[in-house]
Amino acid sequence: MVITKTKEGTSLTLVIEGRLDTTTAPQLESELKSNIDGVDKLVLEFSSLEYISSAGLRVLLVAQKIMNKQGSMVIRNVNEDVMDIFDVTGFADILTIE
Amino acid sequence: MKELTIAATVENIQTVTDFVNEQLEAIGCPMKAQTQIDIAIDELFGNIVHYAYHPEVGAATVRVEVEEEPLAVRISFIDHGISYDPLARDDPDVTLSAEEREIGGLGIYMVKKIMDNISYEYKDGQNILRILKKI
Repeated sequence: MVITKTKEGTSLTLVIEGRLDTTTAPQLESELKSNIDGVDKLVLEFSSLEYISSAGLRVLLVAQKIMNKQGSMVIRNVNEDVMDIFDVTGFADILTIE
Repeated sequence: MKELTIAATVENIQTVTDFVNEQLEAIGCPMKAQTQIDIAIDELFGNIVHYAYHPEVGAATVRVEVEEEPLAVRISFIDHGISYDPLARDDPDVTLSAEEREIGGLGIYMVKKIMDNISYEYKDGQNILRILKKI
């Protein structure tokens, strides 16, 4: 997995490429932990995300809970396989997907 | 039938995924089914890594069998760690809000939804979890 980070003022965009699973989820979690303070708009760009497992969902849930308190979180360009997982797990209703 | 016996570590999830994908590609498995199987491997082998032998490291066997007419793949995950039936727990409530959500049980729930069959057996000191995916 590759994470590309862009920070502009209080807006943070993370482009995530590859797989968000047991092996890679800790990488996203630590990236968020070290950058999320003071952010009021978090954008996760998923166009190059191949798939997500529950380890990845856990990190998204933590991020969503933090952003519910301090601003907003948007997930962009979710592919069909990842969307299936969001639908099956009810995450489609928790997350803001554009 | 092909099987791989390997140490149950996070690093080896990729090795297991590659081993299974090689056989899926050999039978012309569509990408979507392969992605779903890869997710199931992350969940099920990942569970063995985290819980079966904790805090020790033990071995796990992943067996791949191809069934024909109709074409399907059966994958068995076998460990000899503590006895644990992941299918015995209730499904999580997937209608709760972010604040009310707990992540426990979500992985196995996903696997149930994206595979065509899942079964568990404890036999001869081994946890045997089998999934079936129609191709």
